[in-house]
Amino acid sequence: MSLSVLRGPARGYLIQAALLVALVATGMWLWSNAEANMAARGLRFGFGFLDRSAGIPIGESLIPYTPADTYRQALTVGLLNTLRVAIIGCLLATILGVALGLARLSANPLLRALTGGYIEVIRNTPLVLQLVFWHAVMLQMPSVRQALNPLPGVFLSQRGLKIPALMADPALYAFLAALAAGAIGWWLLLRRERARQAETGERRATILPGLLMLLGFPALSMAAGFVPQVQWPELAGFNFEGGLALSPEFFALLLGLVVYTAAFVAEIVRSGIQSVHRGQWEAARALGLPGGRIMRLVILPQALRVIIPPMTSQFLNLTKNSSLAVVIGYPDLVSVANTSINQTGQAIEVITIFMTIYLALSLATSALMNWYNARVALRER
Amino acid sequence: MKWSMLAAAAAAFMSLGVSEALAGRDLDQIKQRNTLRCGVQGPSNPGFGVPDSQGRWSGFNVEVCRAIAITIFGDPNRVEFVPVTTQSRFPALSSGEVDVLSNNTTWTLTRDTNVNRFNQPAITFYDGQAIMVPRRLNVTSARQLNGATVCVQPGTTTELNLADFFRANNLRFTPVVIADLDELRRAYDSGRCDVFTNDFAALAAQRTLLARPADHVILPERLSKEPLAVTIRQGDEELTNIVAWTTFALIDAEELGITSANVEQIAASSTNPVVRRLLGVEGNMGESLGAARPDYARQIIRTFGNYGEMFERHLGTNTPLGLERGMNNIWTRGGLLYAPPAR
Repeated sequence: MSLSVLRGPARGYLIQAALLVALVATGMWLWSNAEANMAARGLRFGFGFLDRSAGIPIGESLIPYTPADTYRQALTVGLLNTLRVAIIGCLLATILGVALGLARLSANPLLRALTGGYIEVIRNTPLVLQLVFWHAVMLQMPSVRQALNPLPGVFLSQRGLKIPALMADPALYAFLAALAAGAIGWWLLLRRERARQAETGERRATILPGLLMLLGFPALSMAAGFVPQVQWPELAGFNFEGGLALSPEFFALLLGLVVYTAAFVAEIVRSGIQSVHRGQWEAARALGLPGGRIMRLVILPQALRVIIPPMTSQFLNLTKNSSLAVVIGYPDLVSVANTSINQTGQAIEVITIFMTIYLALSLATSALMNWYNARVALRER
Repeated sequence: MKWSMLAAAAAAFMSLGVSEALAGRDLDQIKQRNTLRCGVQGPSNPGFGVPDSQGRWSGFNVEVCRAIAITIFGDPNRVEFVPVTTQSRFPALSSGEVDVLSNNTTWTLTRDTNVNRFNQPAITFYDGQAIMVPRRLNVTSARQLNGATVCVQPGTTTELNLADFFRANNLRFTPVVIADLDELRRAYDSGRCDVFTNDFAALAAQRTLLARPADHVILPERLSKEPLAVTIRQGDEELTNIVAWTTFALIDAEELGITSANVEQIAASSTNPVVRRLLGVEGNMGESLGAARPDYARQIIRTFGNYGEMFERHLGTNTPLGLERGMNNIWTRGGLLYAPPAR
């Protein structure tokens, strides 16, 4: 009798409902336990500590920060440091990974073997070990008083890389505007030439006029008197003063993440390219396209459909792996959060904050990549 | 260290049956488990706590924990040592991963009260924050350090004092914070930092591990007071008493001239009632304290000696650390060690 309920669509709803109840009950049990335990230890749940003065010094920051600032500000500094290394890391890992992936398919056996060796070694050793290795390499750089000086105003030492900085003044803005105008000009030229090629079939080189615009406009702006002021780094007392600094911790972390992730990206690119049918190569060659353009116009657009989804995971991995920064002392979100937990005792709150942030970062990355994937996906007509 | 944080949060979420605050709760758990879990500075802190190739720990802080184990169990070996970093130690203690911290933790108001709700029953070592620089920099005072890069451990009073000191003196500095003390020392040794700051004793310990210890000098200034104390969770009066009076027994023994060499002879022959009570020959001190044996103090002194013997064995002038007794001497000899009477 009642067994009939357990068939058909009703059964599905029943299972769903049971699962939901179990989920909510587990959540409530976890929360009541945490609450009871916190009460037993006299801890109060709350985010009031965010407005208290943190007192902790942080080595590098994209926004103004002093130890007198609040925990909110300190955690923001950590978040921005995480974002900085994650975004630059994803870009570089993609570039290096694609290059390695192509090299792995090269006709040159030496290049193929070298890339293969790189990928196998890097993919099969722990990332933490690699980070410690890169950090040790950075510390082997010459001391700050014997800094390498490869270019005027560029200093490489154990304290990282020091480069001249441009002062933020109207001249700089004019310079940047001219640079942007040059880039837009080049892009418009490319568009016009492409339309022209579609119409007439004639191809004309755009490099020279393009470069002329990109470099000419800023040169004109400088000739008009808008010369950006440069701040040169100088050795004063213990360290270089002035200029822009990139710390060895940042370098070591970036290098470690890029080298590690690129090995995975290379394999994804290789498999993606190999997934494109041989007939496509043959057809493209029959049309008389040169090798580089076969790859760019025929193979890669089809390979991307296979490449994009696993690439998303690599970007997510790189972002989350950046939390290993604590090992080498780069002040990322987790590092600042750990110290905040230590100084405030608000473990659950701070962990909730950084888990939420990582979740948001991951979901945003996924959404972006899904959007891109939908753009390159095969359109069935 | 990230994992122990998450473990702490997970433990806070999931641990069962500890919702009621009974007196003696922590001590009951320790006795039930039959081992004391003692958090020590990891990976190692020369003089205070160092593991050998077999994973057996030795050092001043280690012996303090073993002495507490003698009071609780009558057995110095019923201790499990858990290495913690300066960042992971408090979550480890709050979550119950360790029962006591014996890792050079400074006694402060916030740690004692609203923030962590800890208890720091007795000071085992009086220290102060110091600054180490390479000799070739020719620095003689911390006030000359404007613009310096400073190696410091995160999550410490040292880190906060450093920021305060530079703020107060209107100086700028760049911190390099690494939780792993070995990694931090390597960064300083390679020249990544101009300055290495820590409590004086810990700094002296780290100096012994540098490539050329003699090339580095610890400046005479002290940036702070750092009373280092054994740390436990709040809410267990019996454990508080045991930690406090174990420490006091070590200090009282030195004051009374009792050493590991003469403790048995003194116990057998002394007519001094103060000595007889401490060594459990008369009175019921052990019982009032809840110790495993009435002669717990005698057993501790027989095993490890008095405070001075422990100090000289691990930290004193005949060790690589080469520390003077200084503040850590008995009050009758101009130091700060002054234990309440055992009576």
